[in-house]
Amino acid sequence: MSLAVQTYSSVRDASDALKPDGICYLGGGTLVVRAVNEGDVSITGYVRSTAPTLQTIDITEGRATIGASVTMAAVLGNAGLAGLHPVAKAVGGPTVRNMATVGGNLFAPAPYGDFTVGLLALEATVHGADGESPIEDFLAGRDDRRKRGIVTAVSLDVPSAGVLRFLKVSRVKPRGVSVVTIAAALALDDANKVKSARIALGCMADRPIRAQAAEQALIGCKLEKDDIRNAVAVIGEGTNPITDPVASAWYRSEVLPVHFSRLLLG
Amino acid sequence: MELRKDYFSDERNDDLNEIGHSRTRSDTPGHVTGRTAYFADRTFPGLLHLKMMRSPHHHANIRSIDVSEAEKHPGVIRVLTAKDVPHNLYTILILIQVGPEDETVLADKKVSWKGEAVVAVLATSERAAQEGAAKVKVEYEVLPAVFDMEEALKPDAPLVNEHHPGNFYLYDSGDHRKVRFGDVEAGFAMADHILEQTYNSSPIEQAPLETTGCIVTPDGNDRFTCYTDTQAMFFTLDNASIILQMPGHKLHMVGGTVGGGFGGKVDVIVEPIAILAAKLTGRPVSFIYSREEEMQISSPRAAERIVIRDGVMNDGRLVARKVTGYTDAGAYSRHSPYGAQKGAAHYPGPYTVENVWIDTYCVYTNRTPSSAMRGFGVTIADFALEVQMDKLARLIGMDPLEFRFINAYRDGDMKAHRQPTEGAALIECMQEASRVADWPVADRFYEMSSRSREA
Amino acid sequence: MARVPVQFTLNGQERAEFVESGVTLLHALRDTMGDTSPKGGCQQGACGACSVIVDGELRLSCLTLAETCEGASIETAAGLASEGVLHPLQRAIVDGFAAQCGFCTPGMIMAAKTLLDHTPNPTREDVIEAISGNICRCTGYEPIIQAVLKAARSNSQKAG
Repeated sequence: MSLAVQTYSSVRDASDALKPDGICYLGGGTLVVRAVNEGDVSITGYVRSTAPTLQTIDITEGRATIGASVTMAAVLGNAGLAGLHPVAKAVGGPTVRNMATVGGNLFAPAPYGDFTVGLLALEATVHGADGESPIEDFLAGRDDRRKRGIVTAVSLDVPSAGVLRFLKVSRVKPRGVSVVTIAAALALDDANKVKSARIALGCMADRPIRAQAAEQALIGCKLEKDDIRNAVAVIGEGTNPITDPVASAWYRSEVLPVHFSRLLLG
Repeated sequence: MELRKDYFSDERNDDLNEIGHSRTRSDTPGHVTGRTAYFADRTFPGLLHLKMMRSPHHHANIRSIDVSEAEKHPGVIRVLTAKDVPHNLYTILILIQVGPEDETVLADKKVSWKGEAVVAVLATSERAAQEGAAKVKVEYEVLPAVFDMEEALKPDAPLVNEHHPGNFYLYDSGDHRKVRFGDVEAGFAMADHILEQTYNSSPIEQAPLETTGCIVTPDGNDRFTCYTDTQAMFFTLDNASIILQMPGHKLHMVGGTVGGGFGGKVDVIVEPIAILAAKLTGRPVSFIYSREEEMQISSPRAAERIVIRDGVMNDGRLVARKVTGYTDAGAYSRHSPYGAQKGAAHYPGPYTVENVWIDTYCVYTNRTPSSAMRGFGVTIADFALEVQMDKLARLIGMDPLEFRFINAYRDGDMKAHRQPTEGAALIECMQEASRVADWPVADRFYEMSSRSREA
Repeated sequence: MARVPVQFTLNGQERAEFVESGVTLLHALRDTMGDTSPKGGCQQGACGACSVIVDGELRLSCLTLAETCEGASIETAAGLASEGVLHPLQRAIVDGFAAQCGFCTPGMIMAAKTLLDHTPNPTREDVIEAISGNICRCTGYEPIIQAVLKAARSNSQKAG
């Protein structure tokens, strides 16, 4: 059986065409085509959209809107998004980055989805054909495809360089699958104490999650070894790490505090 | 590259014209232009694709197999089960009288590892074959499974393979291979120190970039051409001949450039069933592992457990070495009984030890059957032995390289398995390594030779 | 089965063929267009053996649908040598023993070519990054890295 590819210029039409069971949105192909190649027979057809808005990066008054079809390579090619470059560069190798899209990354199951870990820490908003939602709500409901149309863009306050601390731990250098990915957006007060913190983790659940206990424990701390001890101790709270060929859940739990501590102190 | 001709210079005429010079490999121009032909670089009209329905359980009895829905699926041409295979029970090394036959081509009564082949589906496209395979219904009765070798050897362990009572390979020497040399207990009694350590290794996948596979075409007159990336053409020919009960001259095996193998393509897995499929459908058949199958289904290097007990003197002499080695064959033999036997002969390592005792076991568990990978049977052994040598050197406060010089084997030394040493070059390799790595040792070690012992 | 027309330029030649709907570019090239230089090592985008250049960008042909390449210009390793003369990258790989089994080589060459097209004088780190999506199980990478650097040097000598 061949798989039909339906191409629409309008986002709305593409969204409507996604309604039947088995029809999947085709972004860069790094998730959906891969699944079909691996024998996922539940996917019975592709829908894609060539709408220009999906390919656009807009930066207006400090707010960036990144179209869902924008690739990691395109993010890396946009100087205005420099604060996101370390995150985009963590995705795949150069070939995957030429194909993998921002929209697709939102759906990537662990151990993939490193870009989304960054977006979660940066409190992004996910825009869809049927409205918008905070990224956390979006991630919680992302499996229920009937509830929503296609994702069209993400928007976020452009992070200045250095605001986002980001670490992807891999066993293969320079590029490998994530053991654990950590993104921490920290704001410091005049006394160099943390006044706000948003911390997101990859591979510590089936999708990116926030580390809220550690966020709270960091408030008022200087980024020094003794001060962050409590935050490091609770970084694993509420996590349910995956086990895959790269690492077991136990291993991920063991190394998470070590890498979190290095990220804060580094 | 530096060519050191001064070692063993009297053993040859110095008229080597090629060694030390670069010559273009004859195959690389084809590699860089994409013209090198691998087995899958061909298409045939009417090609069928074979997908295997595999066991989702580590250990289970098969209660029933229902292929009626799969057979009706659009694009599906034929479905094969155990009863279609003329000689369904085989083992690769039966060719050299290493039996018993212990593995089914397609499982009939029981599956003994997760991923074991049960039903083959042939269809006009890969997709249709995948869809057809998804419609095969197999009812299982799940059995307790065993994954640890020492657990598997216990009397009350689940029986992995009915052809191997006790979950071990029965050699002519009994439940293990033995090497006995000198008096190991006397050696331990005289030793200044005894060190016993256990080393464990996991299975290792060879992960060739080209996955295992073959394409078979029917040539008329009940003859078949099989384009394959096997590393073992004659094993494949002869085993296919046995499994299919067809004389070898009906089977034309075509090899060629293999996209990496590293031992992972030494078993005979895809060819017999693909030839059978071509025979029963009269059409060309392609059976190529997906990457997931290559990683999970093809035989990896065996897991091993190695217990080494050494007696050493303060002056650095190793006086006793006792090794118990376990090789995890997984559910079926394949090449593992041979690997475990190789280990037995290898274990004293490149060292002369006067009192040696070796036992090696080939054990069956409900893991993926293991087989060959680059130096199987000895690679993990060498890892364990050399880590042990470093630990022993540390124990007696000696430089680890000097410790190896003291114990290195020399020409004429009797090895533990009673083969006299010839052509040893360990001393000279270590001398050169010491210079290149800038790891100096005492002068007397640079005076040593593999040919003779100093007075 | 539904067949759809696709039209693109393959190594400078206009090609128009009917392919199965939903087929990957890798299969279209290998099964329909007769170019078997891209290899299917994993079909998951993990190994890079299928890498080809589409409109100047390196792509995984195993995850790209042929239909999405309508009108594109596609380059593969099979089209790199011109009139029997090897491209400097091909020459450097042959001379430097940077291919063993050869299965990764066509994809590796296209990854390296993309690098040199954009960065004629790459650093060692640039080379490592550029081929970081391409797996080689034989060479241990070092001969490949050296070959790419050598090809870059011979390119710049030719240009100078």
